[in-house]
Amino acid sequence: MEKRELICIGCPLGCMITVNMQDGKVVKVTGNTCPRGEKYALKEVTCPTRIVTSSVGVSGGDIRVLSVKAREAVPKDKIFDCANALKSIKVAAPVRIGDIVLKDAAGTGIPFVATKNVKSGGTL
Amino acid sequence: MMKSYEIVIIGGGPAGLAAALEAKESGVDSILILERDRELGGILNQCIHNGFGLHTFKEELTGPEYAYRFIEKVLEEKIEYKLNTMVMDITQSKIVTYMNKTEGLVHIQAESIILAMGCRERPRGALNIPGFRPAGIFSAGTAQRLVNMEGYMPGREVVILGSGDIGLIMARRLTLEGAHVKVVAEIMPYSGGLKRNIVQCLDDFGIPLRLSHTIVDIRGVDRVEGVTIAQVDEHMKPIPGTEEDYDCDTILLSVGLIPENELSNKINVQMNAVTSGPVVNESLETNIEGVFACGNVLHVHDLVDYVSEEAALAGKNAAKYVLGKFDGQEAPAHTVTLEAVDGVRYTVPKTVNIGRMADTVKVRFRVGNVFKDSYVSVYYDDERVLHRKKMIMAPGEMEDITLDRKRLQEYPDLKKITVKIERE
Repeated sequence: MEKRELICIGCPLGCMITVNMQDGKVVKVTGNTCPRGEKYALKEVTCPTRIVTSSVGVSGGDIRVLSVKAREAVPKDKIFDCANALKSIKVAAPVRIGDIVLKDAAGTGIPFVATKNVKSGGTL
Repeated sequence: MMKSYEIVIIGGGPAGLAAALEAKESGVDSILILERDRELGGILNQCIHNGFGLHTFKEELTGPEYAYRFIEKVLEEKIEYKLNTMVMDITQSKIVTYMNKTEGLVHIQAESIILAMGCRERPRGALNIPGFRPAGIFSAGTAQRLVNMEGYMPGREVVILGSGDIGLIMARRLTLEGAHVKVVAEIMPYSGGLKRNIVQCLDDFGIPLRLSHTIVDIRGVDRVEGVTIAQVDEHMKPIPGTEEDYDCDTILLSVGLIPENELSNKINVQMNAVTSGPVVNESLETNIEGVFACGNVLHVHDLVDYVSEEAALAGKNAAKYVLGKFDGQEAPAHTVTLEAVDGVRYTVPKTVNIGRMADTVKVRFRVGNVFKDSYVSVYYDDERVLHRKKMIMAPGEMEDITLDRKRLQEYPDLKKITVKIERE
């Protein structure tokens, strides 16, 4: 029997949740105060994901850094791979919110998109 | 002749933008937003993480995306704004003096002023940390701007003092950019940051959070070379023998935010010692007639959604003021004072004129401690009229109650509304 300890992020209560697992399957969830805690715990022990946000370089625009986000949640163990995949990217202005800056981050199939508009014609 | 505007809004961040839009919506066309930065959007421009707008737009946006939802409308509505423009002075007769590179020093006449200057970070000087003054010590927000907007890394080996949300967010951000965040020290026995940020910004990356710890020494003369942190006792005094050394080249401070009220003070706006923001009435108007306040300059918020909502109210009321709708249409003035006691640190607003209030008025407040299974209670003079159970209340999460005009009108002799926390 494997035991996983989690802090629920649903509210400031921050329940300490214990998940008992056997052969990769959840057997029991304890410590949560409400159903949201159980839902969170199940997701967190089976397929934890995060919305990764970062930035890339941008040339020919009015600013030099473009903020970006993963269009879908990224598996937790791929966060660093995605962040690293963004490091070598430099896009050219103009850019619109939602424009794809990276089609497939680190083999996840998840695209990264711009979260800010950049006008062209700047000197940066 | 001096140029004049009906409403001048100081600050083009989330509060200023929402106030401008609502003022325009309410029928005022002569509006000017004055913004000191190079773009509209304020602090949201550097908050590139997601989680904004869940209340307002029912989706999680990043800071720049949330800001753009408002900026887009300001552009559509052709609301006038000036960038790179610093307001130098305001007077009680509502003359606003601003300065920028193209116009120089300019005086304009406003009929109404909305204060939306936001807040700034508590600096090192306010903390009494001993040691030299080497390079490498940044406020968390400064580091955030450097990384997310200017494209510079402040350092490689990082220690963070204070577990406010900006510090937590920056722990993750710097880690993703290749820095090594060694520890986050928090002087309080609990973190002021959201649980979600503790888990997703620290735990996800194995960054330790040391509660009841603070920095007692900073090493390095030209550049930070290391820090010593120590455990503190219940009086927040370092406990000898608990010192631990960390080598680092950078220290981030995430130790609180202070509303930026230098301009408010110039016209003697009455201030609340708890919030460090103006005392306002139900219309978010200060003691100076026609001067309104909203957003972080009024009291520091944790959710931008609440800033937008509050600022829209300030914009609506400023519009009412300049359109002359504040007088004549309302019932006779009947002003009651709100008192914050027993665990409630303050309320915004501080007074309510029942004759002038909208159908409902939201009263926002913060508690001074962590309360579990307790009640928010509201008293009209000595009569308890609300007793609402809350599983958890914490200093980091703003609370609110709603006042209803019809109900208040049933109490013609009411003098005082008390908001308090009760155990049962």
